[in-house]
Amino acid sequence: MSHTTPSHADYNYTVVRQFAIATVILGIVGMAVGVFIAAQLYWPSLNFDTPWLTFSRLRPLHTNAVIFGFGTSALFATSYYVVQRTCQVRLFSDKIASFTFYGWMAIIASAVITLPLGYTSSKEYAELEWPIDIAIAVVWVAYAVNFFGTLMKRKTSHIYVANWFYGGFILVVAVLHIINSAAIPVSWLKSYSAYGGATDAMVQWWYGHNAVGFLLTAGFLGMMYYFVPKQAERPVYSYRLSIVHFWALVALYIWAGSHHLHYTALPDWSQTVGMVMSVILFAPSWGGMINGIMTLSGAWHKLRTDPILRFLIVSLSFYGMSTFEGPMMAIKTVNALSHYTDWTVGHVHSGALGWVAMVSVGALYHMIPRLYGNTRMYSKSLINTHFWLATIGTVLYIVAMWISGVMQGLMWSAVNSDGTLTYSFVESVEASMPFYLMRAIGGAFFLTGMLIMLYNVIKTVTAPKGSLIEEEA
Amino acid sequence: MSNFWSAWIIAGSLIVVFGCAYLLRMVIVDTMGDEGKEMPHEFDGIVEMNNPLPRWWTIMFAVSIVWGLGYFVWFGLGGYEGVVGWKSANKEYYSLADVKAANAKTRENNEINQYVNELDTADAVYGKTYAKFAAQSVEELMENEQALKVGQRLFIQNCAQCHGSDARGQRGFPNLTDTDWLHGGSFAKIKETINVGRDSRTMVSWKAALGGDEGVKDVVTYVRSLSGRKVNAKDAAAGKLKFGICAGCHGIDGKGNQALGAPNLTDNIWLYGGSTAAITDSVANGRIGVMPAWGEILGEDKVHVISAYVYSLSNKK
Repeated sequence: MSHTTPSHADYNYTVVRQFAIATVILGIVGMAVGVFIAAQLYWPSLNFDTPWLTFSRLRPLHTNAVIFGFGTSALFATSYYVVQRTCQVRLFSDKIASFTFYGWMAIIASAVITLPLGYTSSKEYAELEWPIDIAIAVVWVAYAVNFFGTLMKRKTSHIYVANWFYGGFILVVAVLHIINSAAIPVSWLKSYSAYGGATDAMVQWWYGHNAVGFLLTAGFLGMMYYFVPKQAERPVYSYRLSIVHFWALVALYIWAGSHHLHYTALPDWSQTVGMVMSVILFAPSWGGMINGIMTLSGAWHKLRTDPILRFLIVSLSFYGMSTFEGPMMAIKTVNALSHYTDWTVGHVHSGALGWVAMVSVGALYHMIPRLYGNTRMYSKSLINTHFWLATIGTVLYIVAMWISGVMQGLMWSAVNSDGTLTYSFVESVEASMPFYLMRAIGGAFFLTGMLIMLYNVIKTVTAPKGSLIEEEA
Repeated sequence: MSNFWSAWIIAGSLIVVFGCAYLLRMVIVDTMGDEGKEMPHEFDGIVEMNNPLPRWWTIMFAVSIVWGLGYFVWFGLGGYEGVVGWKSANKEYYSLADVKAANAKTRENNEINQYVNELDTADAVYGKTYAKFAAQSVEELMENEQALKVGQRLFIQNCAQCHGSDARGQRGFPNLTDTDWLHGGSFAKIKETINVGRDSRTMVSWKAALGGDEGVKDVVTYVRSLSGRKVNAKDAAAGKLKFGICAGCHGIDGKGNQALGAPNLTDNIWLYGGSTAAITDSVANGRIGVMPAWGEILGEDKVHVISAYVYSLSNKK
């Protein structure tokens, strides 16, 4: 491997540090709310008869905190880190970088206040009301200017594949957010969607699915493409595979949203398109997993000793599993069973916990010591503990949701000999209760891992420079 | 759908699918340098290998593309209706009557229409059960445990959302197990209620007609006295004079009128609550209770069985 040590350009690590620390803290906040509402499903009295503690208001707080607080901060941190290091230039603008950090944190803070108070546009993953939506658009455009500005002044001849994915994610999220959030305000904190009926539903799920596709998939694939080869110290498996799976992924994903609306008032052709594109999307999705996992060829033994690499590789395995499950659930026949059940919730979390959170955690463990003048985290065994808590938590969570989801689907469609439904809805809720408990326990495992991470991060960032150095293997 | 939009959809979808096929072919044909060697660029110490695409993966991708194109041909895309002419339902119609007409046409032409076909299959399988019950009188059904069980299931599936799974109702939705009937408790009346629905929106706001808050207060006081409550006699007397407005529906004696669905105000059974505040709300702001018509949705036979079940709740053998 040709190691041309990059001239240590004067990189802007300030904004990377800010977003990295924010990722850990907002991850804990978002996941704590998640565990709390998971517990509410088992012990409903945990809402204490207080409107702003009810499931209906805390659920959007949970999703916003983990997607836009935790996940997006992780993307901000790693994209700013990766784009500088792979282009070998400082960020386009420090001022804009600082603006994106404080702007984004202000947006998250306003979400934490308005959502429990009940202000919502009622669009899933886009609940924030119109003034906050405008702020998101402004910060996002600033982010795009800073990212692409840095790419423009790069010192390398090519653009590294990680930056294709980051760039794609930044562009498409801007388009999705602006189009889906178009609304007519009636007061400072209330607006109505600019679209009506089935069109509104289609626009919403075009947005909703691509929030998953571009933010939670493309963005994190960018992260994967830098941190996996970096941590494994191995070359990326196949350049050509990265070309074909990048372009196919971005071209196909944007069409898949209508699979969220199978068997609804949406025209048949749009459901057909959503299903077909989702199924074709399976192979390009796996392209990323293959490229990541095969990067380890010749270095598999490192998994035995390196818990950070374990985080990264297990995240790719969950990614592969979710991206098999997704196209399968998009098939109408399967969807008829899975739709509206906990299976969907399990699918999302195998992606969110198993893929998004684990790849972010692996990237942070690699990056944080380097941001603070060291090369390793304070404690490797705590990383290992975190790894096992996260893995067990994720497995408990998704297995619980698979069982309850399939059970609900079967119970809802069971009929008596006279054609009437065998079970009332509440009977299916009752049957799901043990799995709700199991899910809450799985979430608690995952959250505990994050708290251990926080301790490890605090010890790492407060350690003197140069005191935590990896011994040469 | 206009030809323009149909072409737009078909072109957009096919460009993406064929584009994927082209892309796949491109990176197979163009090796971009020496296979198995490193690419001539490096980023922060990261090098990329020029390995070929895994064969199993390439085949999987190619097969899914071919399958996708086949699916479009089979099930249709844009304005093209596909080889088999499959439809999920007649969803371009907005009224029950239009949908029924369209469904009849679908049957006439033997079209593939998933919703209509499933309805017909269900009818063929389960319809006999209901037809058998529909031919029986309520007295016969009351003797038939099986029929009442089926009626109860239908009730739980369709009626329990409002009237509760025990049929005891809730605020705004009548209890169906007692003998206090708003529209009549005979089997025929119950069946009529379920078939055509009921609408109580004739109970509008009476505040203006009664001369404002003071008038409402007087009438409410009088109404409360009808069910034997201790009230301010002076207010009640004033209310009695104004009760003439109410008597049109509820009767001079306040005992209601089932022909109009006007509740009996003297029996201390209250659909919307019997507190002063609740009755004041009813008189001052009116009520908008609506029972939808189920005949068109469930069909005569099922309504017959549900009616027998509801009748049995207050007419135990």
